[in-house]
Parts: sequence; C-alpha cells; structure tokens
Amino acid sequence: MYDFNYKRASSVDEASSSVSNADEGKFVAGGMTLLPTLKQRLAMPSDLVDLADIGELVGITVDSGSVTIGAMTPHALVHASDDVKNAIPALSKLAGLIGDPMVRNRGTIGGSISNNDPAADYPSAVVGLGATVHTNKREIAGDDFFTGMFETALEEDELVTKVIFPTPEKAAYMKFPNPASRYAVVGTFVSQGPQGTRVAVTGAGPYVFRQSDMEAALEANFAPESVESIKQDDADLNSDIHASAEYRAHLVTIMAKRAVAEANG
Amino acid sequence: METTNVSMTVNGKQFSANVENRTLLVQYLRESLGLTGTHVGCDTSQCGACTVHIDGLPIKSCTILARQVEGKDVTTIEGLADGDTLHPMQEAFRENHALQCGFCTPGMVMSAIGIVDRNRDELDEKTVRHELEGNFCRCTGYHNIVKAILAAHKDMTT
Repeated sequence: MYDFNYKRASSVDEASSSVSNADEGKFVAGGMTLLPTLKQRLAMPSDLVDLADIGELVGITVDSGSVTIGAMTPHALVHASDDVKNAIPALSKLAGLIGDPMVRNRGTIGGSISNNDPAADYPSAVVGLGATVHTNKREIAGDDFFTGMFETALEEDELVTKVIFPTPEKAAYMKFPNPASRYAVVGTFVSQGPQGTRVAVTGAGPYVFRQSDMEAALEANFAPESVESIKQDDADLNSDIHASAEYRAHLVTIMAKRAVAEANG
Repeated sequence: METTNVSMTVNGKQFSANVENRTLLVQYLRESLGLTGTHVGCDTSQCGACTVHIDGLPIKSCTILARQVEGKDVTTIEGLADGDTLHPMQEAFRENHALQCGFCTPGMVMSAIGIVDRNRDELDEKTVRHELEGNFCRCTGYHNIVKAILAAHKDMTT
C-alpha cells in the first residue's frame, strides 16, 4: 500500500476537524471496503481518521416505534441482537447476509451507507424502511441520503452518527447474492408501515432506488401476485460480467415477489 | 518512512514493534513477530486464510491495519495448543483428516472456533457450510472440514 497518515479520533468533533484539516481526509469505520480500495489505489486519501475509539457511535436501542443503530455498530451485532430480531426481523436478516462472518465482525452500518456501493445491502433497508440518517451536523431523510454511485448527501467532514429505522408492520429483504463476494446482484427490501408501502432495490442500478410501480400495486394489495407481472425497465440498470441489465431487471421482480411472500409470513 | 510503536497482546504475550501506518496486521504478525502460521492467500479479504481472533472474534488480518489493533488481544493459530496438547478444533482436524495441502487450514481452524462460539447450543451441517462462506479451500476438501467442525463442537460443548 501507499503511505498515508493515520489518526485515531476520540470524539466526533475531533474526527470531523481532523478530516477537514487534512489534504484529503477520509474516515475509516470497519475498513472492510476502504482497506481493499486503498490496496488497489482506487482511492488515495492523505489521511485516515479512525472512528473506532468513539464509543458513543456503537450501540442498538429499540423502543416502541423504532430501532436506532449507532454508526459504528458491526453487522454481527445487528444480526445477533434479539431486540432487532423482534422489532424488525428483516433488518436482522439483512445484516446476517452481508459478506461473511469475519467481515460482519468488523464492517459497520455507518461505513456501508457512507460508501454507498451500488451492491451494498444496507442502503435498501434505509430507503426500504424510510429511515432517518443522523450525522454530526443534521438529520437526513433516507430518501435523500443516497445521491449517486458511491455518492451520498454527506459533506466531506460530515459523518453518520446513527440511523433510526421506524418499526414497520411487515417487512422483508430478499437478495440474489454474487456467489463469490456475497454482494447483492439484486436485493429488494419491501415494507409496509408508518412510512407507507416501500420497495427499495439495491444492486440493480447505480444506487438504491424505489420501485414506484410495485409500491402502488402493493399499496392496493400487499400480495406476491401484485408484483409478479410488473416489469422493471432495464434502461438504467447495471450490466457487468456477473449479470446483464436485462437479467437484473428480471431479478428485481423475482426478488420483490419473494420478499412480499416472506413479509406476509 | 515514519513509524509508530504498536503494542498488543499476541497469544498471551505482550509485544510491541515499530510499524508504518500502512502495515497490515498480517504483515506485523508474520514479519515483525515471525508468526508465519497466519497465511496470506488472496490479500483481498475473500479467502480467509489470514483469519485470527481479535478480542475473541474472528477477523481477516489482511484487511486491518496493525495500528487499528493497538492494545487489543490477538490469538493466532500458534496460540491455540497448550504445549503438546492440541486445541480440540486442531485435534478434530487431525482426527478427520480435514486438510489436503494445508494452506487454508490455519484460517479454517480460527474461523471454525468462531462457528462453535456462535452456535454453542446447536450446530448442524447446513450452518457449518453456510458460516464457512468466508474461507476458501482450493483443494475443495470441505467435506472433512465440515465433519471436523461438527466433531469439535461436541468436544467443546460437553
């Protein structure tokens, strides 16, 4: 790897100012995507500011209407939490499908959504449940947080502190994983609850998006048959060695149908 | 190149050494401490040959900087046996011939202990196969590895 500066921040404010004072600063959470990225020099920040010592960023709180997950909470904790399993089983399941056990012990929700990989799992839950992303500066609605491939509404020195998920009446996540990387070739998160009826799709496009035709059909009747004949337009979908845009479009419908069936129990 | 002193407990002993910021934990273990049981297979956090335990949790040591492990408690494959007595998971791998070329074995054993830790009450073959998703055996000798883990689970939980 190339040489860079490394600093451990002891507070959110210190982390933020360290990144703004650097030539090109970058926060490191679990590092499960960032370190491989640095190895390949796909990104070459001058300074890494490690968030691992900021204890307030780790933790899960569940109350009657929502589940709050601290930005530095690893996927393994979200997956294993009985409180999350009871409140939003789909969220627990999603966390357990990310990467592999070792990756889940290090990777965090804050890192995942801030990186906004087109095939990451968590963005679909943030949009699919209508979550709110809290940062050191403001609150951002989940629908406004993801703005492009690897792009978010975050400013350079802004960091996610926690994500608050409203508890849905029903929800499910269905994913067609790439067999090697476990990233989503297509993942569909469906829910019905205080945030309305939602269908959020990851893996298929440049970044997570809502499938409004399916949402309207499910609003009328939340049943697998409602979505099975709705075709996803493949015009703006990803096409690579793993799957063509046409195949991904096909998978959006299949995954949505299966997710609705699972959400209905 | 600027170096910083990093201290951590490895296999019960306190170590410290100067490292560059970019030094990976696996390089620190292999090159600074001479603990070459931890292998580098892919160096892209896919194959799991570099798996060690940090504060009791399996982690891929090729995807964490040595500086991120400052003050933590690391266990490598060298730290499992008690003198000449193998750890029950190592013993189960030996008994079941759960290796062919042996390259993936240190990571398999470290991961496998994590599987038992997470599933102490009950462990079946399907769960073992699923939770081995982060470890590749390129000899494709999974069958005996799965057998060994199920056998070790019995030993470790009764």
